[in-house]
Amino acid sequence: MIDLESMKATWVGVEFHRSHFEIDQPRVLNYAHACGDEDPRYCDPDHPDFQAHPLFIGCLGNSPGNMVPKDFPDLGKGRSIDGGKAVEIHGPIRVGDKLSGRSQIADIYAKTGRSGTMVFIVHRINFFNQRDEPVATVDLRQIKAMEG
Amino acid sequence: MFSEVELGDDLPETHPDVSLERVRLFCDSAGMNWGRFTDHEFAKAEGLPGAIVPGVMSQGFLAAMIHRWAPGCRIQKLDTVFRTTMLVDSHPVCRGAVTDTDEGAHTVEIDLTMVAEDGVTAVQGTAVVDLAP
Repeated sequence: MIDLESMKATWVGVEFHRSHFEIDQPRVLNYAHACGDEDPRYCDPDHPDFQAHPLFIGCLGNSPGNMVPKDFPDLGKGRSIDGGKAVEIHGPIRVGDKLSGRSQIADIYAKTGRSGTMVFIVHRINFFNQRDEPVATVDLRQIKAMEG
Repeated sequence: MFSEVELGDDLPETHPDVSLERVRLFCDSAGMNWGRFTDHEFAKAEGLPGAIVPGVMSQGFLAAMIHRWAPGCRIQKLDTVFRTTMLVDSHPVCRGAVTDTDEGAHTVEIDLTMVAEDGVTAVQGTAVVDLAP
């Protein structure tokens, strides 16, 4: 049986990975175009408030190898489910910005239903720009079915 | 503008383009060039009925619907659950409705859904949006 309280005490709030991104114009323009967003702030480089689409940040830092710390406990072979994603925007991201994404486990909790116990792991990436200003927080919820 | 919005207002629904061409463009921009999104045959070999739309792309579609409804607004938060897969080259619909308003902050909460061609809700979520006073 997994000791959730021990896991939380060990892992929640601990930064375990840092990734770096430079925001380039073709990527942010293609993102807005692909999503059909015609707001000139996100698709017109001549707009005085031109910036990356607010949801663009949700694409960064998703490498499967960075989801949990390397020595995070193995939760078994039960089914893994994508529990969704929340993006909170704190400030604009501009072309040329150099972002750092700081990963941590924000929460670990369990729910038990008819199909058994599911463990929820909330992976949080706090993004900062080159001035160390927070620009976004992205939470990815992973759900793991416990065996037995 | 915030003053023009009423609790219960529906956003005009949108019909996002989930063609293979658009999804490939998205995957290029997102750094997610994975076969399950960009290649029907690859996806079928993985046991899927065809290539699927990335969950994060559906967030972009929902945001675009909000921006079209309220030009100049600022999305503060968007939270979605990806309930089931949505196929590339299908015909989904994005919908939203205002479920809460905050007069002091000039923000609204919007319930969001993206419904697949077969009528199944593939994505659901909420957004908090800052509107001009």
